[in-house]
Amino acid sequence: MRQQIATLIVSLALLVGCGGQGSGNQQQAGNQDAKDESGLTQFEITNGIGPITEAIEIGEIDSAKVEQGAQIFETKCSACHKMNERYVGPALGDILETRTPAYVMNMVLNPAEMVKKHPEAKKMLQEYMTPMPNQNLQQDEARAIVEYLASVENEEVSATQ
Amino acid sequence: MRTLKSITSIWVLPVVAALSFSMVGCQSQQQLGSNADAASKVYVAPGEYDEFYGFMSGGYSGQLSIYGIPSGRHIFTIPVFSQAPTNGYGYSEETKAMLETSHGFIPWGDAHHPELSQTDGVPDGRYIFINENNTPRVAKIDLKSFQTTEIIEIPNSAGNHASPFVTQNTEYISAGTRFSVPVDGEGDVAINSYAENFDGTLSFIKMQEDGSMKLDFQILVPGFDYDLSHSGKGPSHGWAFFTSYNSEEAHTLLEINASKNDKDFIAAVNWQKAAEYAAQGEGELVDAEYYRNYVDKNDHIAKSERNSQVRILNPAELEGMIYYLPTPKSPHGVDVSPDGKLIAAGGKLSTVIPVHSFDKMLQAIENEDFEGEIDGIPVLNYDSIIAGEVENPGLGPLHTEFDGNGYAYTTAFISSEIVKWSLETFEVVDRIETYYSPGHLMIPGGDSRKPWGKYLVSLNKITKDRYLPTGPELFHSAQLIDISGDKMQLLLDFPTEGEPHYAQAMPSDIVMKDQVKFYRLEENNNPYAAKSEKAAKVERDGNEVHVYMTSIRSHFTPDNIEGIKVGDKVYFHVTNLEQDWDVPHGFTILGGNTAEILVMPGETRTYVWEPKKAGMFPFYCTDFCSALHQEMQGYVRVSPEGSDVEIAYGTGQ
Repeated sequence: MRQQIATLIVSLALLVGCGGQGSGNQQQAGNQDAKDESGLTQFEITNGIGPITEAIEIGEIDSAKVEQGAQIFETKCSACHKMNERYVGPALGDILETRTPAYVMNMVLNPAEMVKKHPEAKKMLQEYMTPMPNQNLQQDEARAIVEYLASVENEEVSATQ
Repeated sequence: MRTLKSITSIWVLPVVAALSFSMVGCQSQQQLGSNADAASKVYVAPGEYDEFYGFMSGGYSGQLSIYGIPSGRHIFTIPVFSQAPTNGYGYSEETKAMLETSHGFIPWGDAHHPELSQTDGVPDGRYIFINENNTPRVAKIDLKSFQTTEIIEIPNSAGNHASPFVTQNTEYISAGTRFSVPVDGEGDVAINSYAENFDGTLSFIKMQEDGSMKLDFQILVPGFDYDLSHSGKGPSHGWAFFTSYNSEEAHTLLEINASKNDKDFIAAVNWQKAAEYAAQGEGELVDAEYYRNYVDKNDHIAKSERNSQVRILNPAELEGMIYYLPTPKSPHGVDVSPDGKLIAAGGKLSTVIPVHSFDKMLQAIENEDFEGEIDGIPVLNYDSIIAGEVENPGLGPLHTEFDGNGYAYTTAFISSEIVKWSLETFEVVDRIETYYSPGHLMIPGGDSRKPWGKYLVSLNKITKDRYLPTGPELFHSAQLIDISGDKMQLLLDFPTEGEPHYAQAMPSDIVMKDQVKFYRLEENNNPYAAKSEKAAKVERDGNEVHVYMTSIRSHFTPDNIEGIKVGDKVYFHVTNLEQDWDVPHGFTILGGNTAEILVMPGETRTYVWEPKKAGMFPFYCTDFCSALHQEMQGYVRVSPEGSDVEIAYGTGQ
């Protein structure tokens, strides 16, 4: 079941990724405003509900941002999240394979609404029982965490190669 | 309770009793308003907020209670002068110092009068102050965090009752001694040498620019009992007024011996003049031990500062600082009208409410219109300074507040009513009975320049049958009265904890806007903080063991600890890693001889434990924090003294 959902999310992410480029922007914005049966827009299904309302691109890894993200992660996230094992919350080592950067940021910045309204986040709460706490991060701090998670993912990729 | 006792003696007089009953009989007809109308006026729908914050003294609970007005809902209790097992205030290592005094650690206090800080004579929502009566102290509470952040002790004082009333811009906070005592620490004298050896002091605490309190000076005054105070405002800004009784200087059976004189005094203090003298180094620095405890802004840890000297100004040597206004009879409250021109006194044994004129007072001072002098303090001529006397104010008038619309409201303790009178004609225009025997009363901003004159709260001393009976001991009874119309209308009864001597209130929106919701971990400078699970550790230093522990929904790190031995002193420094509003975690351990600690998000609090026997000791989170709160637990293994079990710890291993 989880795999199916993951596949669905990835394919949705791919769709958005394709549609979000270049001259299709306006057309896509129109589509994204349409709400499905969960009451969420396509954008929200893919990228979560919260202050991040545009897709986030991770370009070349910025090492300063990674360091900032790692520090914040250690203080505010590591009590519940490990990279390679399920802990209080899910393992995050490969999170960006199943979630978009914007989704992760919205989950960090707006967890209460996410676990209430987003079908994926709702399922996670049912599975883990401990609600994701709001650690009151700034947007740039959440962005740095995503950068850090992306760097961890890269490390793993290079380690397996 | 002196007030209660002295009045009780009158209460037994049959004539008075009969009188008061007849008055009650008349009043009750007027009470029968529409219940539905009253209910709709106090109804605050679920999820909505009260219009006013009400700050009610906790009296002999030593704390300050917060109520919503008009609903009467008890919202919170701020620990101030008493240890609070609810959150560990006064128990945890970070808060214990708040209750240090020159007499050592004191776990309890008798809180009396809350007073909001003011700017330009109007409550500004920055701080609220409250006095401790028994071991004289004044506390400052920060209204951003609703935490007590400073407590200063007052030397040369006993029964710090005329306190802590602020000047118009919170330049100073008053502290007048109810008991006169031998000053200078020379207390080992015969009690019957009262007239010779006992003095009063009127203390002025300065609010310094950094927001801290400093005992700037004390004015030495004759050995009367100084009861209440209020500062001037507007034209009378620069003056403060203190009631006194026991001008007879009795030291025993005051009930009778201090009730003989027809008039006692209001002391009118020109505090600006006194402050000038102090700034010039006038008066005398005398030895006096007193503490100032404060929460260090850097690390949020309470610290104590011991002071050893205080400046005393003697009116016999320094002119123009203080005058006595003769006032009938054993006056209790002293209240200044919003325009700053009138000074009303609650002469509790008086049959009228005397109202002095500030302008006339100044005139009498200028004309040296004195009827005498006591210890260098000129006594003004009563007839020269009186603006009016309110006739038929009820029996045992105590305290007055103002509505800002030209009316004053005075409690009458014995006849159990509140009377409304005109500041122009000094005539009573309305009266309403209360249940039972009001002491103070409170109108939001009612002792300031701009009262929000919509409601009045009667703070009643006697409850009797107002609520479901709870055995011999009862909560006190407060009553909310609508004063927006010509006639006062009783809206609501609500119980209050301890004895809410006095209260303050102000509009919610002013207080709400800058509330602290949690503490940022980055700004946690507690030296024992573990700001991430990686920083969690257990360290032994001789027989002291320091546990640097973290808490987050829903586990502690570490949660398994071994290597503790009987004879150890274990410090659990618990840091709450949460960064959201309303997610405290608690901590306690089986057999701990102290209260739990309740740790706010981002904060570190320390619980000390000295295990007395070997065994297994579970600890857990006391505040239901999440669905897995019951899983938020751990174990400490305690081995016998001298055993060789090494320190070992972890979580999830």
